[in-house]
Amino acid sequence: MNVSKKDEDSGNLGIFYHLDKTTVLQEARVFNESPIIPRKCRLLLTKIIYLLYLGEPLGTKEATELFFSVTKLFQSKDIALRQMVYLVIKELSTIAEDVIMVTSSLMKDMQPKSEVIYRANAIRALCKIIDASMLPSVERFLKAAIIDKTPSISSAALVSSYHLFPAGKDVIRRWANEVHEAINSKPASLVGSASSYLTSFSTGASSYATQPSTSNINQYHALGLLYLIRQHDRMAVTKVIQQLAGGGRGGFGSSSNVLRNPFSYCLLIRYAAKILDEDPNSRQQMYELLEAWLRHKSDIVNFEAAKAICHIKDVTAKELYPAINGKFVFLSSPKPTQRFAAIRTLNKLAMTHPTAVQPCNLDMENLITDQNRSVATFAITTLLKTGNEASVDRLMKQITGFMSEISDEFKVIVVDAIRSLCLKFPSKQAVMLNFLSGVLRDEGGYEFKRAVVEAIFDLVKFIPECKEAALAHLCEFIEDCEFTKLSVRVLHLLGVEGPKTATPTKYIRYIYNRVILENSIVRAAAVSSLAKFGVSVGDVEVKKSIKVLLTRCLDDNDDEVRDRATLYLKLLEDEAGAEKYVKDDSTYSLSALEEQLVQYVSTLEATEKPFDLSAIPKITKAQAEAENTRPRSIDLNTTSQTLGSVSATITPHVVNTSISTASRDVTTPTPTGLVQQHSYAPKLAAIPEFASYGELFTSSNKPIELTESETEYVVSCVKHIFKEHIIFQFNITNTLNDTLLENASVVMQPEPDDVSLEEVLVLPAPKLAYDQPASAYVVYKRINPEEYVLGSFSNTLKYIVKEFDPTTGKAEEQGYEDEYQAFQVEDIDLLAGDYVLPTYLSDFITAWDQLGEDGQVVETFALTAMSSLQDACTKLISLLGMSDVENTATPQYTSLHTLLLSGTFLGGIKVLAKSRMTYAPSSGVTMELKVRSQDIEISRFMIGAIA
Amino acid sequence: VNLTLYTTTAVILLDGDGNRILSKYYGGTGRNVYPSAKVQKTFEKGLFEKTRRANGEIILYDNHVILYRNNIDVFFYVVGSAEENELILSSILNAFYEAVSSILRQQVEKRAILDNLDLVVLALDETIDDGIALETDASVIVSRVSRPRTDTTDIPITEQTLIQAYQTAKERFAERVFKGV
Repeated sequence: MNVSKKDEDSGNLGIFYHLDKTTVLQEARVFNESPIIPRKCRLLLTKIIYLLYLGEPLGTKEATELFFSVTKLFQSKDIALRQMVYLVIKELSTIAEDVIMVTSSLMKDMQPKSEVIYRANAIRALCKIIDASMLPSVERFLKAAIIDKTPSISSAALVSSYHLFPAGKDVIRRWANEVHEAINSKPASLVGSASSYLTSFSTGASSYATQPSTSNINQYHALGLLYLIRQHDRMAVTKVIQQLAGGGRGGFGSSSNVLRNPFSYCLLIRYAAKILDEDPNSRQQMYELLEAWLRHKSDIVNFEAAKAICHIKDVTAKELYPAINGKFVFLSSPKPTQRFAAIRTLNKLAMTHPTAVQPCNLDMENLITDQNRSVATFAITTLLKTGNEASVDRLMKQITGFMSEISDEFKVIVVDAIRSLCLKFPSKQAVMLNFLSGVLRDEGGYEFKRAVVEAIFDLVKFIPECKEAALAHLCEFIEDCEFTKLSVRVLHLLGVEGPKTATPTKYIRYIYNRVILENSIVRAAAVSSLAKFGVSVGDVEVKKSIKVLLTRCLDDNDDEVRDRATLYLKLLEDEAGAEKYVKDDSTYSLSALEEQLVQYVSTLEATEKPFDLSAIPKITKAQAEAENTRPRSIDLNTTSQTLGSVSATITPHVVNTSISTASRDVTTPTPTGLVQQHSYAPKLAAIPEFASYGELFTSSNKPIELTESETEYVVSCVKHIFKEHIIFQFNITNTLNDTLLENASVVMQPEPDDVSLEEVLVLPAPKLAYDQPASAYVVYKRINPEEYVLGSFSNTLKYIVKEFDPTTGKAEEQGYEDEYQAFQVEDIDLLAGDYVLPTYLSDFITAWDQLGEDGQVVETFALTAMSSLQDACTKLISLLGMSDVENTATPQYTSLHTLLLSGTFLGGIKVLAKSRMTYAPSSGVTMELKVRSQDIEISRFMIGAIA
Repeated sequence: VNLTLYTTTAVILLDGDGNRILSKYYGGTGRNVYPSAKVQKTFEKGLFEKTRRANGEIILYDNHVILYRNNIDVFFYVVGSAEENELILSSILNAFYEAVSSILRQQVEKRAILDNLDLVVLALDETIDDGIALETDASVIVSRVSRPRTDTTDIPITEQTLIQAYQTAKERFAERVFKGV
């Protein structure tokens, strides 16, 4: 018998090795044969599944035909065949059409009297093929199945309902009671044996007695479904959590607990964490539950609880303590998965709470050499975040041995971590630089090398002490660099930084070597770099040798290289030209340029004239970099200070605009706001009357509309604050195509008639043609510079109207000569916020503590009119004219929020504000506002802005 | 945080050369992150490269947490979203692996899997239903997988008797040879 069995088997062998779709589809004729041969059919069904799981595409028509021939197999009573039929039906149901036709056959099988083994399969297959409209007709069966004593049937019904829920919400919602009952079902081991006894009794000689489940996983399915039904009712969810959490502390694992399945506790933990996040009032209660779950006997559960606590948004060190304590055990677990899970959570936590993770440092160091690369990488990057200065040396040593073993992807993570570490501990730069230059010599792909080169660039930029050493390493790197892009970047940097060093000549050799050995792109870059030495180094000898070198480049066989060499040789003779083309590294503001170009292309009339490049504001290199690196500096947290020191070397005027543009970028992300900011300062500077007022301090965020947009004349106003003067700039647009306005000015009347402001200048707009906006200005001087005047102004537009013939394009000579027309526009308020320049701040807490309570003013306000915290935040930001920091402009909760604001008051006085606010529908927003600044008077003044 | 029951993105079985033995990606339109056969293949290829030599059991790849186990020439993968509880995925993988191992009488290798493919795919179907973990008790999974009956009605009488005759003849022959020696 043995031999024959083997023969038969080897006939089947290899059957799946070379499987062809057409053959299988042809073989499907077997399904139509009578009598059905179950074994053969099951084999063919397996082939179909195999094809699908291999990813063989099946057309709709093929699938439909196949589907209906498969349904013929319902005639066979063979259990083993039937189970496979269900699987095939499920898999085909998503491809084939009209699958709904077999509903009745399936319904028969899910009746309680049918065989237990495939009743569950029938339920799951049925729910795959029906749609929401048929749900009511199977509702009765599914409800019964949910509370069935056999766990597999209950699970099948629950999981299927779960899949159907999005389509059949209304029907499934009615099953909440049954789902509840399923959660509270008795342990399966008790009923399981009884039911299998019953089935074997009733069906006679059924050989399929299902093993009683010990996992109780149907509770997990029931809980998941119950949450779907109740998810929008927070009270109900809270109640479920409380009921199922068990009898309080220490009660876990006792038999009195309803839930016995670990997965379902994970769900419960997630629900509890969500409520904790959303509802501050339940925080204490939910935290206690989470904390108790840390001691659950199942690893899955206590890990989930620890993770949930680590992810609480504003978690305190005290709350974190028990969770992190629990993770110690996982870190030294023999199972890689547990170590991975623990270190990954800690890694994430280290970004926000590095000190809380510090107690785990010792355990984490053991993981640096972990077999699992992911674990090792997480351990290293976490340690780099939590480690103190003293441990850096040791850590770097360990990493050095480890780097050669890991893949590029992980190397990049490590290099990035080290890069931020360099900036955090500048005194360790020598160790870091050695490490970076070491890995630079290792084998590696472009992304990895780029990460290292950029890290060294950062060192050059921010840590002056290591500049020479870093440049030397880069020189060495380009000697043997396979990546053109990187060579070019390094050559550029050498050109910028090299001339500033003590011995510029030593870099020239390296650069000239490139001219001899490299491809044309690198050669061109090397020529530009050489030219920078020639221009920037004072030494005549150096200049001479550069000339010699450049002259040699004139014979290069590449156009670009020759052109550059020729240009630079000329510029070396011409000081002024060199100043303009080589030394000047300012560039156009790219965002402004883009905006202008889009406008230019989109308006037809504009294209008649050439594009006016001079209207685009120029920014210096440092400013451009500040804008580019700003998002990163938020992450690194430390670079911002160094960045600040870089921009401080530019003229104060530029600093002002650069900061204001950068910070306005945060408050108003619209490109227009940014462009306007760029254009104000040069525009105002061009008006000679304003020259004596000094530097522009700040301008209003965006123009205030003083008219409706559809009136004859559209007027908006921008307030510019100078040291003692306030300029009101009125932008006026004439929307009538048959009139021409002349001598248009705005008459401002302070209300109440304030003596502390003196009108010093009114500058009319000489001519207002149709749709060509022009500006009129009114200047006030603050008589007492110590007093920051607030108030309101009523405004009237005055002008002379002339008839204008749009066809001839000529204005009538005689208009309403000398007869001024008046046009009333809306009032303007001068607010406290107008005196403040919004400035971004990366580390609010430190700055807040530094200012101290001496200059603090606190007041509480009840803002009954506010309908949400978001409203209050927006209003507060605009009233105070400050910039929000740490992303606090958008409240996370609906009922509680803290808004942090930062700004600079006229005269360069730092102002910070912290506003804690609560919201209740009955009383509106209640807010406690704390303002700190170097001058308490200013704090008082700012508080006064809220009234 | 995942508040749903959907934990598993895919289950993949690859052979020792990284070729697909079978793959099941869960979720129809919308939930499925790897909708086409092409992206699935690329994903599997990259995943195999990362895991073939490493003797871990978990990896973060392509923004997914992936638990894996290998034996001789088979790799089992359970793919979950990046934020999923690693231990939950681990117990799903273990349930499936143990079930397959028990079905194949501890002979977990490519040939055995292909020879018993019907049992293996049914076991998978009993472990995960469209991304939801259906059962984590390997013995329950095994008990819910039906085996084809070697019922006599399937094999025609004549054929069966022939086999029996051959069998008897062979036994007799063997006996005689034995005695002769």
